[in-house]
Amino acid sequence: MMEFKNNKGIFQQIADNICERVLSGEYAPGDKVQSVRKLAATLGVNQNTIMRTFIELQHNNIVENRRGVGYFVTDNAPKMIRDMRKEEFTQEILPAFIQQVKLLGITREELEPLFNQLKENEDEDK
Amino acid sequence: MINIKNLSFAYKKQAPLFQDLSLTEGTGQIIGLLGKNGAGKTTLLQLIAGMLTPASGEILVNSYKSTKREASFLESIYFVPEEFTMPSIKMWDFIEAFIPFYPRFDKQLLDDLINKFELDQQKNLSKMSHGQKKKFRIAFALATRCQLIILDEPTNGLDIPSKTIFRQLVAGSLQEDQTVIISTHQVKDVETLIDKIILVDNGQVIFNQSIIDISEKYDFKIVSHLPDNVLYSELNPMGYNIVTPSIGESSEVDIELLFNAINNGKTFN
Repeated sequence: MMEFKNNKGIFQQIADNICERVLSGEYAPGDKVQSVRKLAATLGVNQNTIMRTFIELQHNNIVENRRGVGYFVTDNAPKMIRDMRKEEFTQEILPAFIQQVKLLGITREELEPLFNQLKENEDEDK
Repeated sequence: MINIKNLSFAYKKQAPLFQDLSLTEGTGQIIGLLGKNGAGKTTLLQLIAGMLTPASGEILVNSYKSTKREASFLESIYFVPEEFTMPSIKMWDFIEAFIPFYPRFDKQLLDDLINKFELDQQKNLSKMSHGQKKKFRIAFALATRCQLIILDEPTNGLDIPSKTIFRQLVAGSLQEDQTVIISTHQVKDVETLIDKIILVDNGQVIFNQSIIDISEKYDFKIVSHLPDNVLYSELNPMGYNIVTPSIGESSEVDIELLFNAINNGKTFN
């Protein structure tokens, strides 16, 4: 069975979007995230749904709630997000990728850009 | 907020529309009221607002009996009907005339909403298009800051950009003690806005759940082949639109598919 479309719940989509902005550096640790009301007004999404986004992000230690002030990006948010993304990669994206490699009979030669990138990553780690 | 007990209602010389319907809803939600044509969505809204009287049963809104139509009840509720005519007066004259009925009215919010909808307060209301009249009534409703705002098919007649603005304005201007009921057939227009779905059919509430609960309990996706655990499916150019029980992650709810599934007798608990 091939899955063409399987979107996450809206609260999760908004959480992913905020995580993406942390990874890109748009939100740095210590920064205040847009308020629930502001996000609702910008996105046209129910405030309760956005509250749920923040509960999720707080649960994963990506934001912290300062009572009466708002939600702030935690110091280790970038690491937390990278760890979560890595888990998603190894558990979902990689198996699907391997399945396609198998199905289409992809050769080592065709995957050369991938090996080049892996080498670059290794060099950076040194 | 809303407490309906054993409601029965029938129009004259017609079969009963509601029989023994009960419903309790808390405050601070945006409820999507869905149902097929003739299911009684508008009638139910009019009963809640005290515009119709039940044959039997009781409707309480914020502990006010809606049939009594007390002033303190009427000033806490605003109803925007699907179709309406507007008097031949300028918008700002209408505003001046109706503000005194709503003690929590926020004039600044109204000016802001009117600007966002690109309306002109100097214009004569009866000379505006249907969509513009509707946008004005929606803006006015939000500015009343009423505890209960009822919108009957609010996006009918709105152009495409206005539908986006509508969602932003409703989502952004509500306060915690407010509840909104939106009755609609255009579920795509309100998909991100509502956090609760109530479905009426055959005189009863046949489904009543929060969107977040549904999104965590069920998976909505498009697939090439039907899996074994499929609860409901519909043909789609790519294969099938399907609902299955959730396998962990939350899923974006396809309200139209859910609606069709329930109408085809599937139960979702």
